[in-house]
Amino acid sequence: MIPVLLLMTLGIIVGWIFHHQTIFLQWISKFTNWAIYLLLFLLGLSVGTNKEILSNFDNIGYLSIAITLFAVAGSILTAWITYHLFFKKNGGKNER
Amino acid sequence: MKGSIIILLFFILGLLAGIYQLLPDHFLKNDYSLYALYLLMFLVGIGIGSNKKSLQVIKQINFKILLVPFSVITGTYIGVSIFALLQNQLNLVESLAIGSGFGYYSLSSVLISEVASDMLGVIALLSNITREIITLLLTPLFARYFGKLAPISSGGATAMDTTLPIITKYIGSDYAIISVFSGIVLTILVPFLIAIIL
Repeated sequence: MIPVLLLMTLGIIVGWIFHHQTIFLQWISKFTNWAIYLLLFLLGLSVGTNKEILSNFDNIGYLSIAITLFAVAGSILTAWITYHLFFKKNGGKNER
Repeated sequence: MKGSIIILLFFILGLLAGIYQLLPDHFLKNDYSLYALYLLMFLVGIGIGSNKKSLQVIKQINFKILLVPFSVITGTYIGVSIFALLQNQLNLVESLAIGSGFGYYSLSSVLISEVASDMLGVIALLSNITREIITLLLTPLFARYFGKLAPISSGGATAMDTTLPIITKYIGSDYAIISVFSGIVLTILVPFLIAIIL
């Protein structure tokens, strides 16, 4: 995992240095998309040869949707609290 | 939306190629994905570092705006922790890792499948795509009943790009900068949080 994080950090620095090079960045953006497509294709490929996952696919689908509902509900709840405490006009005392 | 359909299409293409063994054996036995992942992380970094919005956004940092991504992370983790307690197929660590995608399905799924298992990677893919779709569909509702930060929170990492147009349409463009800020912070944190958790 460490090389992954180092490479991203290195990329951020490189990107910051070249942030005026529009053509270079357009090319990077296209390249990024294709890298993502390739990786998702490879993920599909290894899943396609994994019988345990394939025979269990509908269960995986339900699990995925269920966990997302909890993630979204939790984050909306804290967003609602944060909004009323710190953002809503007339709400927080710090606004006055 | 178009982006997620293309990505799912490539995933399905790979799936079919795997099921029907359309590719030569040596391709299936070698794991090229680690090198592709290294390349992707470098490219993603360049994208973040060169993002003109992120340069603008850094100038706007203050305590209040930092609270937004912090509350997205806290809320997501509370939600998935409750989920982990309610069933026995995904434990707490796995649930937190999936939640740490914050809608950034392409990166989180690939990272998680590399570090943990393909099974968890697929769940991360489907779950985080669902998060984006829920945000696209329910933003008007969230904005109306749970305040202006709710759609930003639901959008997670996608609040900086794919869900930004719909979010600003319903909560107003004065909140656009907060949305972009929160999305960028979460996008950068995704790989770090997954690495810490798994």
